[in-house]
Amino acid sequence: MKKRKERIDRGIKARSEDIFALSSYREMLYLLLPRAIPVVGLLLFTPLLSSYWQEVLISTAVYALLAISWDMLISAGLVSLGQSLFYGIGSYIAGALNHYWGWSPLFTIPAATVAGGLVCTAMLLPVLRLRGIYFAMVTLVLPLMLLRLVEATRILGGTEGLTGLDPFPSQLTALYVIQVALLAGLFGFRRIIGSDYGLIIRAINDNDRAVLSAGLNIHWYKTQVLFLGASVGAFAGAFGTHLDMFAGMPGFALDYSIMPVASAVVGGMGTFAGPMLGAFILVPLSEILRALGTLRIVFYGLFLVVFVVALPEGLFHYAQRKYHQFERWVEVEK
Amino acid sequence: MLVGTLVYGFINSSILALLAMGFNLTFGISGVANFAYGAVYIFAGFLTWIGLNSFGFPYLVSVLLSVLCTIVLGILMYYLIILRVKGLALSEVMATFGLGLAIMELFRYFDFVGFRYTLPVFFDGSLGIGPVFIDYQRLIIAIIAVGLTLFIYLFTHHTKIGLAFRAIAQDERTALTFGIDSDFIGALSMAFGSALAAVAAIVILPLGTIAVEGGYEVLINALAVCIVGGLGSTVGILVASVVIGFAQTFTANYLETHWMMLVSLIAIAAVLIIKPSGLFGRQKELEERI
Repeated sequence: MKKRKERIDRGIKARSEDIFALSSYREMLYLLLPRAIPVVGLLLFTPLLSSYWQEVLISTAVYALLAISWDMLISAGLVSLGQSLFYGIGSYIAGALNHYWGWSPLFTIPAATVAGGLVCTAMLLPVLRLRGIYFAMVTLVLPLMLLRLVEATRILGGTEGLTGLDPFPSQLTALYVIQVALLAGLFGFRRIIGSDYGLIIRAINDNDRAVLSAGLNIHWYKTQVLFLGASVGAFAGAFGTHLDMFAGMPGFALDYSIMPVASAVVGGMGTFAGPMLGAFILVPLSEILRALGTLRIVFYGLFLVVFVVALPEGLFHYAQRKYHQFERWVEVEK
Repeated sequence: MLVGTLVYGFINSSILALLAMGFNLTFGISGVANFAYGAVYIFAGFLTWIGLNSFGFPYLVSVLLSVLCTIVLGILMYYLIILRVKGLALSEVMATFGLGLAIMELFRYFDFVGFRYTLPVFFDGSLGIGPVFIDYQRLIIAIIAVGLTLFIYLFTHHTKIGLAFRAIAQDERTALTFGIDSDFIGALSMAFGSALAAVAAIVILPLGTIAVEGGYEVLINALAVCIVGGLGSTVGILVASVVIGFAQTFTANYLETHWMMLVSLIAIAAVLIIKPSGLFGRQKELEERI
């Protein structure tokens, strides 16, 4: 007697999915609870943490922003192995505006977000037609190239970078700025992908030629997605640069490229919440493991391998399935 | 000056060709972009060092042992990781990259950092060619690069396993109908690629120290040569290593050493934008761009 596992949507999912006139608190909670957890958790409980863990949380949020920016690109089938490009460009623009012209963070961060998005989009525009691994390799190489360029030409402070930038007024301000930005990015991107516009983007990922033959200009859509992703990454860079009061070559470091990918793989790609969840697992974990020195990078590497090989769907997809569906064993028909 | 630049350019090209050979072989046969390649290279170097200095084995024994261990590492990597995600290019890249990161940082954790980690040269001394002096080690590198290229050519054209390699590379399904086990050949290609990385490490590393950062550089150089030449094309990597090798040496001599790495990076970016399959790669129009 062979059995197989059958998955069926829960009744409450079916009821609360399409009908907008919700009839009970249970159904409202069913929809609200998963969305309320990150909002309440971030905005209400994080100020209670110690100063050290707040700091950890800030850097976690920076990585989470980079991860959801990565996820936006992957939604349109653009595999980026160089999120540090966005981070570095954003950080250098904000740093230069602050260092040379003395703009306050209030203006440098929005300016760097938009300008960084535009600059990165312009840099990647020639290779936007490349697909899959070819696009990935260009993105891997670009930040390394810019790194060497800064080193060779000694522009923007060269190897020393731009130091003594304006910090945030207080740690709590920084915490709230980045958390609100993260939540806005998370829910904004989820909203975009859920709309008809997002449908086209996801279709480009699934089958770009089909979209092309439907008469839609996929390159223009890809450019828009790239701009969205790049600006979020540039925002993270601009924020990080004022946080550290420093803009320099570490902005193009491999960390900012690997962590977002690792977070997305651990959390589950294509959901935005997944990569954020992944970042909130991996970054604090690496802080706890800080005592182990470089051994934590070994753990990252192995984490990446184990998740890619054994659990490719990621944690969020798994949790989502358990939340929406129940499973039972049924007999296999002869 | 010019003669010197030309001679060193040729040697730099041989080094690049040696580095890229293993990566290219694995990719050409099984289509696996082994991003742990730099880690394998470093692994072989440190293993030889450990054999020589920690266990006090004779040189030849520790070299053989390290090549053997590297081959085993390659085969294990294939069966435990790559085989499970085969065909998913992104997953392959991420899994091998993660593993490479883990191996390299493990060496850093066990404090394999510093100037004492060097491998001995084969022969001391140097040779004068006109106004230029080159040491024997660099000469040996050039000879081994040429020798290995010949060996790979003969191997893939005149032995059964070599022909099976090429069959899988050309058309996997047809090869399967001829009774060639593609998984086994894939594992063998991984073993060969790792062995070539180990040989490259043993020959090239005596020029400097064994450093973890070297692993990343090796990977980038191998990638640069393979991308410029065309992934999977042997003629391509030879031409590309000559082009990049001479370009690097000329920039290092006439501009600054800072620009040297930039040359290969610019070469990668330019080739990917203009002709993603590389100078000699087989064009796969729809897989590359739309």
